[in-house]
Amino acid sequence: MSKTLIRGAKVLGGEPQDVLIDGETITQVGAGLSAEGAEVVEADGKVLLPGLVDLHTHLREPGREDSETVLTGTRAAASGGYTNVFAMANTFPVADTAGVVEQVWRLGQESGYCDVQPIGAVTVGLEGQKLAELGAMHESAAAVTVFSDDGKCVHDAVIMRRALEYVKAFDGVVAQHAQEPRLTEGAQMNEGVVSAELGLGGWPAVAEESIIARDVLLADHVGSRVHICHLSTAGSVEIVRWAKSRGIRVTAEVTPHHLLLTDELVRSYNPVYKVNPPLRTERDVLALREALADGTIDIVATDHAPHPHEDKDCEWAAAAMGMVGLETALSVVQETMVDTGLLDWAGVAERMSFTPARIGRAEGHGRPVSAGEPANLTLVDTAYRGPVDPAGFASRSRNTPYEGRELPGRVTHTWLRGKATLVDGKLT
Amino acid sequence: MQRHLISAADLTRDDAVLILDTAEEMARVADRPIKKLPTLRGRTVVNLFFEDSTRTRISFEAAEKRLSADVINFSAKGSSVSKGESLKDTAQTLEAMGVDAVVIRHGASGAPYRLATSGWIDAHVINAGDGTHQHPTQALLDAFTMRRRLVGRDTGLGQDLNGRRITLVGDVLHSRVARSNVDLLHTLGAEVTLVAPPTLLPVGVETWPCEVSYDLDSTLPKSDAVMMLRVQRERMNAAFFPTEREYSRRYGLDGDRMARMPEHAIVMHPGPMVRGMEITAEVADSDRCTVVEQVANGVSIRMAVLYLLLGGAEFQTPSASAAPARTAEEN
Repeated sequence: MSKTLIRGAKVLGGEPQDVLIDGETITQVGAGLSAEGAEVVEADGKVLLPGLVDLHTHLREPGREDSETVLTGTRAAASGGYTNVFAMANTFPVADTAGVVEQVWRLGQESGYCDVQPIGAVTVGLEGQKLAELGAMHESAAAVTVFSDDGKCVHDAVIMRRALEYVKAFDGVVAQHAQEPRLTEGAQMNEGVVSAELGLGGWPAVAEESIIARDVLLADHVGSRVHICHLSTAGSVEIVRWAKSRGIRVTAEVTPHHLLLTDELVRSYNPVYKVNPPLRTERDVLALREALADGTIDIVATDHAPHPHEDKDCEWAAAAMGMVGLETALSVVQETMVDTGLLDWAGVAERMSFTPARIGRAEGHGRPVSAGEPANLTLVDTAYRGPVDPAGFASRSRNTPYEGRELPGRVTHTWLRGKATLVDGKLT
Repeated sequence: MQRHLISAADLTRDDAVLILDTAEEMARVADRPIKKLPTLRGRTVVNLFFEDSTRTRISFEAAEKRLSADVINFSAKGSSVSKGESLKDTAQTLEAMGVDAVVIRHGASGAPYRLATSGWIDAHVINAGDGTHQHPTQALLDAFTMRRRLVGRDTGLGQDLNGRRITLVGDVLHSRVARSNVDLLHTLGAEVTLVAPPTLLPVGVETWPCEVSYDLDSTLPKSDAVMMLRVQRERMNAAFFPTEREYSRRYGLDGDRMARMPEHAIVMHPGPMVRGMEITAEVADSDRCTVVEQVANGVSIRMAVLYLLLGGAEFQTPSASAAPARTAEEN
């Protein structure tokens, strides 16, 4: 069995310590550990975090292998410090049967860079009409516990209610893409001052908020838990805060881009800023940061959405929605939450590893950095600062909104069950 | 002047006045027996129309031909665009044929901006209307019409529209004409009021440099010009207003309402008019209505824009008579 000694790492941002990995497991954490028989990684004051867990990733396989595959997506994940990603169901074919989720799960196993936990569709073909075989997907080898029609909203109140109730049988959770479809017909960007000027179809905040309000009330009524994907408005924060204060079992995620970017960027008409939900206003961004800090929003999820170049190298209305995010997520969180003093690294570990693993019931991930735990770890050079260069991405796609932007932090090492997937910033 | 004309908001007051003054010079060309200038001889302009718009296309084409440009008309229907070719490839294909300027009409807001700023092509880009964003030459021809009627053809030279009260009525939400006019008229010093049912005003309109009213009748007596915007009947089906009749009663311009306008005030419409909807035949056919003039002025304005953008290097600031004088020589 191979041994690795990580020497002088600030575990969760604390005092420097040594961490010894033996095989797949962390065997010792402490000062001055013996390096005997171990390969030594000098952490030199870098921050050691539990391997990150992304509850919201689009790996695109099967069907859109031109934009990403499970292999390239998991390589991107490892580059970004992730050891477990939840793959969204909007593939071609849709992951709405045991067969498709098992295929994705198996491809993840074969990749070896990052565990892949498939998410199952709530409704057949994401059509919102008929429940998919949720139980069969749960019982499959992929053991699906998170269900989502992400990309589309489960807009029918009765279907949503039934889904919330049904998955209680196996402790599942429905992750809702909150977007009232009628209020967002032809929507192209956040509805407000900028959309009025640019003449782009408005995407009102209320289209998101009204669905969240409905769903927390439904979850309360049937005693289920519900997860809200990519919350993007100040109003949504208020609703989730209220629901939590009432004891409703709701969890919520925010994407890195909604923590940093605003709809002012759309003035460039550059579709790299086109995303669903849309970039909102400065006021929303600040409310989201505050909510992530105070725990109203539980986690950061990337909504990593790769698209081929041609789907972004066009006019705004014709462009696809979405941004890649796995390889920049931690940097954006450092920029917006850590360097601003809103969160410490323990708080980051909570929101990017422990809690997402708990929501998704991911076994062996989101565990403390202590002896006896699986060695899923990420080492971050938090002192680094530099421009984002998409040419260096492991993802097959380059649709990042951060090209050339200076961001702090760089993941140098990632270990998946003791095996290094990233060493000195290079994939193994 | 800038390299491209994408948005009326990009024009300074001096740019705009220069275009209007140049257009007056161009208009004089139209009064001559031979309506042609050699200014753009040897230059190629493509009219790249992804949306049907016969009037705007013909207006640009007339302007280009009067300036002796070689004109290529490209309409998306039945072309490679309908087979899935991208805007980028279409533009690059045309540029490879040696196009100096692209006049683009596109259904997607921002398409001309993308064309001008993405490094796809080097040609000058003139926006002939994009989605619900901008239609700058329409705003310029409207301002030109207002200046002629409200200030005077000769006395207007060098002048803006300072203090003139302009009212725009109708579907502001879906109107690139409204956006362009608000921007340009504000730059030219006019006081703009938008009148529409609340459903046809965009969220965010409160930040625009204009007043907003839901009541047409109280606005009319305080207007030097009233511009009626086209209201498409389909909007009714999307519940923007209950019925065509109710819209007409509340926001249509008929003879009675026109009578409440000041004596000197004019009625404008960018066309095509929906008679019986936003405007009655009585108003449309009256002397106060400038619809036909606006069409004629459109050619002069587009000549001025093409001349200043493409010929601008040679004739940076034409004196009042420079262009026509030169023409007379060369003709």
